[in-house]
Amino acid sequence: MSEIVQAGPGSSEEAGTDSAVAILRPRTSNTEKILRIVVPVAMLVLAVIAWHFIVVLNGIPKYILPTPADVANSLLNDWPTLLPALLVTLKITFSALILALIGGVALAIILVQSKWIELALFPFAVILQVTPIIAIAPLLLIYSPDTQTALLICSFLVAFFPILSNMVAGLKSVDHNLLNLYDLYGASRWQTLIYLKIPAAMPYFMAGLRIGGGLALIAAVVAEFAAGTAGEGSGLAFRLLEAQYRLNIPRLFAALILLTGTGIAIFGLTSFIAWLTLHRWHESALKREN
Amino acid sequence: MRNVSKVFSNGTLALKDMSLDVERGEFLSLLGPSGCGKSTALRIIAGLGAPSSGQIRWPSSKINSKGLPEGDVGFVFQEPTLMPWQTVFGNVYLPLRLQGVGKSAARPRVMETLAAVGLADFAEAYPRELSGGMKMRVSIARALVTKPKLLLMDEPFAALDEITRQKLNDDVLRLWKQSGVTVIFVTHSVFESAYLSNRIVVMKARPGQVFADMPLKTSGERNAEYRTSEEYRAITHDVSHALHEAIHAGGGTH
Repeated sequence: MSEIVQAGPGSSEEAGTDSAVAILRPRTSNTEKILRIVVPVAMLVLAVIAWHFIVVLNGIPKYILPTPADVANSLLNDWPTLLPALLVTLKITFSALILALIGGVALAIILVQSKWIELALFPFAVILQVTPIIAIAPLLLIYSPDTQTALLICSFLVAFFPILSNMVAGLKSVDHNLLNLYDLYGASRWQTLIYLKIPAAMPYFMAGLRIGGGLALIAAVVAEFAAGTAGEGSGLAFRLLEAQYRLNIPRLFAALILLTGTGIAIFGLTSFIAWLTLHRWHESALKREN
Repeated sequence: MRNVSKVFSNGTLALKDMSLDVERGEFLSLLGPSGCGKSTALRIIAGLGAPSSGQIRWPSSKINSKGLPEGDVGFVFQEPTLMPWQTVFGNVYLPLRLQGVGKSAARPRVMETLAAVGLADFAEAYPRELSGGMKMRVSIARALVTKPKLLLMDEPFAALDEITRQKLNDDVLRLWKQSGVTVIFVTHSVFESAYLSNRIVVMKARPGQVFADMPLKTSGERNAEYRTSEEYRAITHDVSHALHEAIHAGGGTH
């Protein structure tokens, strides 16, 4: 199933092996398109139904494992408690991710400018990277003016390193011949950076963004576990712990579902940005055609 | 471009006291066994890596900070070396963009150059959508878009199949005649050099030096007929002979 989207000149003079006449674009059939959506959704629905019957048939009490209906109820009834918590977690995750993006990319660009800067900053980068950042959460809690800032710093540090190291790898892995070409035409450092190094680093940056996005959420949750904030301005992680202490397991599941949803949204968003940037040229975003 | 003389001497003896004068409008082939420093010589001419001693002299008075005449040199690498995130147009526009020419101002020149290599219909295609030969044409278009006085080609067609290669050879000859550009063409193919050039410089290895300098004049047009003519056979015979001697002079191993 393919359609001709572009035709070359096709004159007899041009008909060498190197003059393509048509570029074919494969078209997935409609049945396949529908199945691609139906199959995963059906599996998910089946799992929820199985969950329901396991609980009902075994007579498992609500405070051990609630039914999906209980969780849905809790999600609705506790919405006034859960929504502010969700917003707090979202705010921390996304501010941390944005700060990590700006910081990671900026530092990567500075690092690759000179090998001396890289050497000088190398020990700090290694120390911060190998230390489990969550372990410094208690320290951050002491130094920060408030818990929210500590959570933000924690989440930022965790998301920062994959973005930094991927970006550095990307900026360094530019085709040497292209660098030679830019030299030949007398390109300035700035031009080489903007037109060559940054576009060439995009696939690496996108990999870093996806990893960093996931980690920012994980760090926001784990740091809140460590911090144990209470009352106003607490995030989903605190609501989760609170529900556990009160044996309000349906609410715990509801909070969990919101966290999963946030994770999926971040993954979807970063994947979409990656696709948007790379789909015209990079192998990672292209469909294999043979 | 006349009276360019270059004297190199490289510490690792990739090239030792190599001297070469290139005349304006020449099609000069640098032919030699692998490792004889022909690519090194070309890169030094292009200003990619300075010679350890010796110098390159240009007739042009406008010399930039890298010791190259301003915008007068085009380079075609062994691989097409295209930016995969740019369209064909974007790749060919690059040299002009680096010179600060605006996109709309550059468009006629880019399209004209693309038309010259037969790719006008593929301006908006991405490199990955093109065949090996077409990518090489884009690379040649990029080298020509600044209208350079000197075009350096480093075994540009080594990775292509024979049929594509012959077609591109014809195209290069046509472009050379049309534009009057000086070409220095590095190759390890006797037949390619004999078909294209009006002067063949045979190099020997260890150390890289000029071994033989053979001017080449042919009676007729260089076309498919010439490719099977007795004249072409005689020339390839002489060039092969010179190359063999160069290999032996270079220690016999390569």
